[in-house]
Amino acid sequence: MNAADTAFVLICSALVMFMTPGLALFYGGMVRSKNVLATIMQSFILLGLVSVLWAVAGYTLAFGKDIGGVIGGLDFLFLNGVGLDATGGPVENIPHMAFMIFQCMFAVITPALISGAFAERMRFGGFLLFSALWILLVYAPMAHWVWGKGWMAEMGALDFAGGAVVHMSSAAAALAATVVLGKRKGYGSQAFMPHNLPMTVLGAGILWFGWFGFNAGSALAADGFAVNAFVTTHMAAAAGALGWILMERLHSGKATTLGAASGAVAGLVAITPAAGFVTVMPAILIGLGGGVFCFLGVILKSKLGYDDSLDVIGVHGVGGTWGAIATGLFASINKATGLFYGNPSQLWIQLASVAATWAFCFTASLILFKLVDATVGLRASAEEEDRGMDLSQHNETGYQA
Amino acid sequence: MKKVEIITRTFKLDDIKAALSEIGIKGMTVSEVKGFGRQGGHKEVYRGAEYQVDFVVKVKIEVVVEDSRVADVVAAATKAARTGQVGDGKIFVIPVEEVVRIRTGETGDAAV
Repeated sequence: MNAADTAFVLICSALVMFMTPGLALFYGGMVRSKNVLATIMQSFILLGLVSVLWAVAGYTLAFGKDIGGVIGGLDFLFLNGVGLDATGGPVENIPHMAFMIFQCMFAVITPALISGAFAERMRFGGFLLFSALWILLVYAPMAHWVWGKGWMAEMGALDFAGGAVVHMSSAAAALAATVVLGKRKGYGSQAFMPHNLPMTVLGAGILWFGWFGFNAGSALAADGFAVNAFVTTHMAAAAGALGWILMERLHSGKATTLGAASGAVAGLVAITPAAGFVTVMPAILIGLGGGVFCFLGVILKSKLGYDDSLDVIGVHGVGGTWGAIATGLFASINKATGLFYGNPSQLWIQLASVAATWAFCFTASLILFKLVDATVGLRASAEEEDRGMDLSQHNETGYQA
Repeated sequence: MKKVEIITRTFKLDDIKAALSEIGIKGMTVSEVKGFGRQGGHKEVYRGAEYQVDFVVKVKIEVVVEDSRVADVVAAATKAARTGQVGDGKIFVIPVEEVVRIRTGETGDAAV
């Protein structure tokens, strides 16, 4: 065991934890003022719900002894056998418990990302039940496949910090949500304008800050690869912000603050699977691509007419997919080699993992949404939607007149 | 007594207040209002989606004065608020039936 590595992973766990309230502000600023608290709650309460579920059963399903490449066994149910030394953990240099809590923070933020798709119309009870089922039946298997010695890892798919596990999975669930829930009342005829963009920009700043823990921490050691991931993460976010505002300038004439914040997040999403496998110059290209492609993805939404309220698919789906493919193109360090460095087979592996992730997560999420819809109900009534979700779901309001 | 109601550009508020103070007006009520006239609305763009915002934010200043001072107040406010562009706003003069100063119970011109 290594004290420096342990200290680093604990600090990174705290950084990743901070991303969830950051996401709450990022999303909260983009909705109308009558829905600000309900939207914030759909991120914040997952720190409660998912953390407990993770300790009870989520962790063992993801990281227990592999069963057929698809799921972890029940070895670590209730965290039995997850101790203060490295025994049973995936790495020798840090306590098993440190790895568990680092992974817990990833599990918390992933379903929170989905909430952007159904913002402003989802009932709180249905949201909680869906999130609980999703963590155990979609997220835990995905984490197992990629990081828990499951079949995607065996196939050789590269996903440094969660392009598939976190971003594509949440975007596929977001797509399922738009299919099952339908559009918000008045979508297309009324103006759905963000009510507090300064809040959104603050949230984006917190996300950018926390992402250093997310990506550099995924090295699971305070070493050179962590430094590389830290720098590639920062540069990709920077290039993503520039890419997005450039597209805005070309498309609608003016760069916007919301665009800069969205572009930074798009760059961060895109670099997530690649952070530990690419060098800095490719990272800038990946981030720039994230900003450009995600902007186009968001524009496409209005053309296709589905109501993904806060663009989970446009940002996390497009960015995560681009990042996974880009990893197959640009990987060159940390025992990984991509197409541009003479290994075309890596690109095919990445494409296969992209297709499998979208197919599994979309189908499973669609079934879960239908199930919850048929039992406790998903969609708020038209009257509840008019009054706002803050009042109708929580009996409170974000702002006093 | 008349109420002079001035609806105009928000950034002109300080100029109007100064101009009215200069001619001895000692009180006013100010509110932020929305509406539209010939100026129409404006366009806002969020993540590439364009929205037409029809209601423009304006400031409404209400002043109640004796009949003899109405012309001075209107002239001062007009001079201070005018830019010459569409969207300068309007001034309404409305008769006031009665005024009561709550503290003393005074009424009429004495209460203005």
